[in-house]
Amino acid sequence: MKEKPANGQSFGMVIDLDKCTGCGTCMVACSAENNLSVRPDESDKQRSITWMRLYKVTNGKPFPDTEVCYFPRPCMHCDHHTPCVTVCPATATEIDYHTGIVSQIYTRCIGCRYCMAACPYHARTFNWWDGYFPKGKGIERYLSPEVSPRMRGVVEKCTFCHHRLMRAKTLAYNEGRRELKENEYIPACAEACPAGAITFGDLNNPDHKVYKLKSDPRAFRLLEKLGTEPKVYYLSSKAWVRRSADNYRPGEPVHTVKAG
Amino acid sequence: MKSALDSALFPEGVNRCPAWKFFLWTVPWLLLLAWGGISAALCLLKGLNQTNMTDYFAFALWIVFDLAVIALGAGAFFTGFLTYIIGKKELKDIINAAVIIGFICYSGAIAMLGIDIGQPIRGWFIFWHVNVHSMLAEVSFCITVYLSVLAIEYIPIILENKQLSKIKELRLAGGNLHGMMAVFAATGTFLSFFHQGSLGGLFGVMYARPFAFREGFYVWPWTFFLFVLSAIAAGPAFTILCTKLAQAITRKRLVPEAAFQTLAKISGWLLASYIVLKILDTIAWVYGVAHPAGFAFTDFYREGPYGLWMVAFEIVIFGIVPALILTNSRARRHEGWLIAGCLMSCAGIVLNRFIFTIVTLAVPVMPFDRFVSYLPTWQEWGISMAVIGYGFLLFSLSYRYLPVFPKERELNATAE
Amino acid sequence: MFPFVFEWEWEAGHYLFLGLFYLVLIIIGTGIGAVIVKTVLQMMGFAREKDFH
Repeated sequence: MKEKPANGQSFGMVIDLDKCTGCGTCMVACSAENNLSVRPDESDKQRSITWMRLYKVTNGKPFPDTEVCYFPRPCMHCDHHTPCVTVCPATATEIDYHTGIVSQIYTRCIGCRYCMAACPYHARTFNWWDGYFPKGKGIERYLSPEVSPRMRGVVEKCTFCHHRLMRAKTLAYNEGRRELKENEYIPACAEACPAGAITFGDLNNPDHKVYKLKSDPRAFRLLEKLGTEPKVYYLSSKAWVRRSADNYRPGEPVHTVKAG
Repeated sequence: MKSALDSALFPEGVNRCPAWKFFLWTVPWLLLLAWGGISAALCLLKGLNQTNMTDYFAFALWIVFDLAVIALGAGAFFTGFLTYIIGKKELKDIINAAVIIGFICYSGAIAMLGIDIGQPIRGWFIFWHVNVHSMLAEVSFCITVYLSVLAIEYIPIILENKQLSKIKELRLAGGNLHGMMAVFAATGTFLSFFHQGSLGGLFGVMYARPFAFREGFYVWPWTFFLFVLSAIAAGPAFTILCTKLAQAITRKRLVPEAAFQTLAKISGWLLASYIVLKILDTIAWVYGVAHPAGFAFTDFYREGPYGLWMVAFEIVIFGIVPALILTNSRARRHEGWLIAGCLMSCAGIVLNRFIFTIVTLAVPVMPFDRFVSYLPTWQEWGISMAVIGYGFLLFSLSYRYLPVFPKERELNATAE
Repeated sequence: MFPFVFEWEWEAGHYLFLGLFYLVLIIIGTGIGAVIVKTVLQMMGFAREKDFH
């Protein structure tokens, strides 16, 4: 296993669930930015390709005590012993400890789907069909030349729009800089969110907003007990929402925030 | 008896049914192969959307089948180990059959895997771009090399065909291969130990899937060792079943009872030790893995068709019961009980593989995620059934033309 | 599988895994080689045919 560099960046996200309205713009922006393939009939959600997926969660109580919360779930880019990276037999997915981003090499993936079985967040999707980009429906107006389309039979997932990181770095180098400013690299979902619920940045950099937000008393992560060290934090002032983020046996207390 | 069309190819001194009858026998297996061929063509041409696999059920029927046939095919290496390394002479009468069954199981599994991966042409990337820490890489390396070992063990049997052995080069080569068999058996044992174990390791290392995850010894989760143990318990049982089936179909005694009894006894005691360790492992998993992850034992079995009945069947009805039968010498000597014990033992191991594959994926990990269920499409069944058809066909051809059972002539001498 | 594949970095795990893998291949190859050599020698009359039955 590769060693972590001493001053590596750790790009991560903080999603404020108190602000999230469940509008789904993040999903749409992600699909457009990353050339996600569609199908003529998308009703089978279990085979839809979505890198960002919105989950609707309720507190399970009847009216008038029902509360609803929406969890936008990108790839967690798990930092510790990344489940998908460790199991891929063909080294088609790797975590780059200089940025913390877990990448996928589509041309190397053989489609064994072991990574999909290993991921508890269901962040990975498979191309059950060939890519379908129907002509004459306006799709060509948003397709991005910076993101390679995927062929059938390979796994894909959220990349924290790292093509935007490449673009930002290129622009910075052109200006003679090596350091990126906080707002120069943000993924499409964070940029598009109308409620400003998604904040993105370097979790290791004290100047970035996410660095402070991750230690917020409202902060928690999905399935923290497993020890995957996800780089996506959520903020919620509601105890039931925090409880929905992990499995608890009856009577077990919700664990308090972990300063990551 | 009237000479059959292909009687020149028969082994020395034994009878075989007429050629037309044999052809009729092969028809259902050929049909299964045809069904499989169409299914494979559809999957390769149109993509894996021909199956009912989804982003939730990334592994499905084919993986269950692969795991099951590889576990049942363990009879090949284990019988080889017992025969050539431990020196159990009576097993020489059944080792050929075990090797053929093993060859069928492994070649069938690899063929099925070729269809299962999304990009079959890229299959070689597992070797070229290997991630040595991945259990699946270990499995792939081992089963590929082991298949070649099985082929090496199969070739001498083929070369003993009456017509082929008339060719001096082939006869000598076959004899020399046979002479080196201990080396290949030892290599096969080493390879099989690792891949049977790694198949268990596949599930045991998934620490983010509490249902499947196990602690272990160094990098090897306990499922590694449990899978090896269950494979060497069920493999000989499957060899016994296949041979008994062959005896029933050909209406001949093919193997002396001593071979069956040795295999059954060893299989029984291995199964018994496996069940004890499995029970201990289950308890350790509940308290060491499930509870810390926030799951009670029953949480995994609450929804859908995969209920607690599966635990009862796997451990008690298909575990403790056949272990009691096969370890009991009086029950072993009774044909009905022997077959029942072997059947239940094999069923238990298949159920174990099913549970690890399907239930692991059905059970949600995120609390707001759904439990999902799955049923295969006809294309998936087609490929799986084709392996069975291939198995019957290859075994039948081997039985007809090759001296698979050294004692066949002796056991049927009075009938002639 | 081979060190000249790009991005290759030798690690302890590689030594162990590939070491064992190549060892097994060598054993099998040597076994097959021995069979071929012996068969050829027997064909040429330099060695006797052994009866194993």
